[in-house]
Amino acid sequence: MLTMLSLPFIHRALLAGTAIALLSGLAGYFVVLRGQVFAGDMLSHVAYAGALAALAAGLDPRIGLFASTITVAVGIALLAGKATADDVIIGNAMAWILGLGVFFLAFYTTHRATGNSTANVTVLFGSIFGLSAHDAALAAGIATGLIIVLLLIARPLLFASLDPAIAAARGVPVRLLGLLFLAIVGATAGEASQAVGALILTGQLAAPAAAAYHLTTRPWAALPLAGALAVAAMWLGITLAYTIPVLPPTFTIMTVTATEYALAALTARLRRRRQDRPTRSRTTASRTQQTYPTP
Amino acid sequence: MTAGLNWNLVDVIRQLLSFHFMVNALRAGTIVAVVAGAIGYLMVLRRQSFAGHTLAVIGFPGAAGATWLGLDAAFGYFGFCVAGALIISALPGVDRRNAGLGGFSEESAAIGTVQAFALACGFLFVGLYHGFLNGLNNLLFGTIIGITDQQVLVLLIAGTGCLVALVALGRPLLFSTIDPDVARARGVPTRLVSTAFLVLLGIAAGGTSQITGSLLVFALLVAPAAAATRLTAQPAVGLALSIALAVLITWMGETFAFFSPYPIGFWVTTLGFAIFLLATAYRGITDRAGRHPTIPSPPQRALSESTTR
Repeated sequence: MLTMLSLPFIHRALLAGTAIALLSGLAGYFVVLRGQVFAGDMLSHVAYAGALAALAAGLDPRIGLFASTITVAVGIALLAGKATADDVIIGNAMAWILGLGVFFLAFYTTHRATGNSTANVTVLFGSIFGLSAHDAALAAGIATGLIIVLLLIARPLLFASLDPAIAAARGVPVRLLGLLFLAIVGATAGEASQAVGALILTGQLAAPAAAAYHLTTRPWAALPLAGALAVAAMWLGITLAYTIPVLPPTFTIMTVTATEYALAALTARLRRRRQDRPTRSRTTASRTQQTYPTP
Repeated sequence: MTAGLNWNLVDVIRQLLSFHFMVNALRAGTIVAVVAGAIGYLMVLRRQSFAGHTLAVIGFPGAAGATWLGLDAAFGYFGFCVAGALIISALPGVDRRNAGLGGFSEESAAIGTVQAFALACGFLFVGLYHGFLNGLNNLLFGTIIGITDQQVLVLLIAGTGCLVALVALGRPLLFSTIDPDVARARGVPTRLVSTAFLVLLGIAAGGTSQITGSLLVFALLVAPAAAATRLTAQPAVGLALSIALAVLITWMGETFAFFSPYPIGFWVTTLGFAIFLLATAYRGITDRAGRHPTIPSPPQRALSESTTR
């Protein structure tokens, strides 16, 4: 354990991983609360195509990653409410965007195959152990900045997420907040892709947040809990991947996250079943009263 | 390749068929497209397209695991997809109406987590099987190279079985798809029918994954069927159209992939999305011109009224 903490690549992974996990946990809670998991799914497809387009153009993949995810996130926010798209259209568009990513991949490998053949796998599944000191510091810095912005708008955003109509009536700029929030989610998707990869980031956004949602009904308790669960999964995942070298960190982190979610959902179901009995008898009582109304 | 792609169709076909791997790819593609077109049409009517996608993603660790253990990837695809279908149908129905705080939806959170976990497991198996980096792309995004005679045979058996079961299931399935409440009242075992359909969907998704890859099944399973529902309201015509479009997309995609440096995953998704957009645009134009009656046709009604997804 002590030798692990003295290794520089573990330092870098923990530095970047903690900031990214905290960001995706906090942002993920609002994503889940606002019913925007599909947007996360869309962004994961876009992240892959964007990163490979940048690689094909000979740029740093992170430029394509952030440019594509933030653009599409803002686009989703602008279209929301104006255009109604059913899930068949969304699904077909997402498949096509991934297909474009495959096109850029083929272009990249045929025209720019200068040795870095693992770039595709890195974009798909991340490589938190492969971050350079500069990458890790940059990722942690961006994540910290986004966390601060998110916490600054947390109060009005929560109000707007829970009851948009009343929030709008109280003068909260609901549309602007939604736009800003999805831009943050876009940037979060770009950050999370560097740690766990473009394909896994939906799970990274949704699972800790959904677990926190099941464990407490109070939003101000659930928000930090979602962040804490995501960070715990990151630490535990990195430790597991270090102790068992066969397991890639992306797999261990996702496994811990999925386990947290499964346990939380199970706890919630058991608790609901225990609470169900008294409430059910009460409803039957009220129903009998309704069936025989007093004149 | 001497001539490349040109407008002389006979020459193009002669070039394609001169390679055994291409003959096998066309055979496998045709079988898969017929099954995907048929099952996909009913899937779109039942609004279960994301179930099809989830099942295909579940197939990815199966195929990667099978390759790691030295088995044929087809067994992994079919095994995991069918097992996934059985598990999904056995799960207690998630209370979809009861949206909790805000817009929370248990279903989308669970689907997102399951898909991400399945992909992570597949990544682990690929990592355990060393020197398999190209295989990763083939499993995720499809390939036309390396389909063996045995794989074609397995696909043929699975596909035939799937279609026979679909025909046997036909009438009650269509009935419970278009009007589940009336079907249940008439004594159709809707729960059993929907479980059987999910298993068929698992087989179709597993087969489609072997051509388009696990992540791109929408290109064959959803796009042709969705285009067909936009073009016709009659179930029989729609089914035939869906199958024809799926076969067309597969043949064109495999031909382009053969003659170009770009992989099949790009071509089938592009063709599928293009056909779907064309059909939607055509529908929009005819609707505006008032050529369609305003009374919703049965498949449309099923699309707009059905609450099950």
